[in-house]
Amino acid sequence: MKKLINDPVAIVDEMIEGYTAAYSGYVRQLEQNRRSVVRAQPPRPGKVGVVIGGGSGHEPAFMGLIGQGFADGVPVGNVFASPPPDPIVEVTKAVDAGAGVLYMYGNYAGDCMNFDMAAELAGMEGIRVETVRVTDDVASAPQDRAERRRGIAGGFLVFKAAGAAADLGLPLEEVVRVATKANDQTRTMGVALSPCSVPQTGKPSFELAEDEMEIGLGIHGEPGVEKGRLKSADEVTDLLVTRILEDMPLAAGDRAAVLVNGLGSTSYMELFVVYRRAASRLEELGVQISRSFVGEFVTSLEMGGCSISVMKLDDELQTMVDHPADTPMYVQK
Amino acid sequence: MKLTVTEWKELFCLIAERIEENKDRLSELDRAVGDGDHGVTMSIGWQAIVKKLEESQGADCGAVCKEMAMTFLNAVGSSVGPLYATAFLRGASLLQGKEELTEEDVVAFWQAAVSGIQERGKAQIGDKTMLDAWLPAMQALEQARMQGRGLAECMEEAAAAGEQGMKATALLVPQVGRSSRLGERAVGHLDPGAASASIILTAFAEGLRKTT
Repeated sequence: MKKLINDPVAIVDEMIEGYTAAYSGYVRQLEQNRRSVVRAQPPRPGKVGVVIGGGSGHEPAFMGLIGQGFADGVPVGNVFASPPPDPIVEVTKAVDAGAGVLYMYGNYAGDCMNFDMAAELAGMEGIRVETVRVTDDVASAPQDRAERRRGIAGGFLVFKAAGAAADLGLPLEEVVRVATKANDQTRTMGVALSPCSVPQTGKPSFELAEDEMEIGLGIHGEPGVEKGRLKSADEVTDLLVTRILEDMPLAAGDRAAVLVNGLGSTSYMELFVVYRRAASRLEELGVQISRSFVGEFVTSLEMGGCSISVMKLDDELQTMVDHPADTPMYVQK
Repeated sequence: MKLTVTEWKELFCLIAERIEENKDRLSELDRAVGDGDHGVTMSIGWQAIVKKLEESQGADCGAVCKEMAMTFLNAVGSSVGPLYATAFLRGASLLQGKEELTEEDVVAFWQAAVSGIQERGKAQIGDKTMLDAWLPAMQALEQARMQGRGLAECMEEAAAAGEQGMKATALLVPQVGRSSRLGERAVGHLDPGAASASIILTAFAEGLRKTT
């Protein structure tokens, strides 16, 4: 795989330097730890600090989403690897404005352990930390073990809801409640058409024949749950939407937010074709799509493929999803 | 047999050397069941340890272990970061202030280290994780010790049991960690974490044999 790289070992640090230089009005790196990225402006007194994170390779997630109505800080890990506790703790201290801090990340063993260790360390410094783990991937565990599911692109919607709740001035326990509800009401199902390669090995993460697709993929190039023969955009969309609806039934009159996420090398042209079908499937059921997101939100380097996320909305989640956001990589008026 | 601080450090440098040699193989194993970077992650962590040990001011074996723990953790994060950092920290607490280690100290170090991994990761034997190498190794270590054998021989027994445990992971369906989402599809593949655990055990036994 051809890539523009100076040194695979330095790639994450160089990316952060470039990003913070490009968007210096929004974000800055902390002196204490260069892997800690926070909002350029000091935290608003009394606002809950929202920390999202995980490994790198998912850009624009996570550090692209720092700004008003979204996250306050992001500790950045190596490619597809959780950040260690140190940058998490530094971000926590920087974004705490006296109202406590919420950690949100995808439910992976590494992230859970590192963020838990960081929460303990921050607690020893007198900062209240709560955690909500994103578990939107229906393919990753059956419904009766939904708490074991991993977090993928639906995290964008969950982070957004929590970021809005914090921006509206809700106290920590309320932000936790909104984030938990947002996660409970969000489902994602994805498909991969081509693998990605991590900069350090340069090797594709899995192999797929020209006419194959990998269903229920992860966002780290890990294989999906099953392989299948590549089908048309509508057929693939039907498959994804059906799996989501089996897991979270929607009925006439329900409202939903829909997110079609590109994994890194799938064209917007294809993503809109997928959205077209997903929207018509939901509309046939009488579901009202009150907000849509189509584009690259949580990528997996240059993986090919996409995922569909659906968040079932009540009035409160609708407010959160509609709340304005102003970040380097996502702006909503 | 007694180990000085310098000898103790050398043992861990040898582990780093063996990990480096097996880096590509470990990533290759991880490609089958994970994101294909286990060798890269282990290499980053162990190379950071070597660098730290070269400039280390740690006057006793406990201080050295503590330095290793924090260095490894902050270099890699990931899931192996907290697991091995917890292991070394648990081990460090037993070796505090010791400038020379007895055979009993080394046995106690490994046992504390492995229970640290177990507590942090909350995995059980048979879950297809690094513990499927570590736990049988510790059992063998304890048995060999009870039979009154010397440390070097005991660690060789442990390494052999660890290797066997590692090989047996091919038959297992993963229950925790990233590969657990693959379910049956992971059967037939070795667990990369167990593979690197086996390398650590074997390298440590090899180093002890050289020291004696």
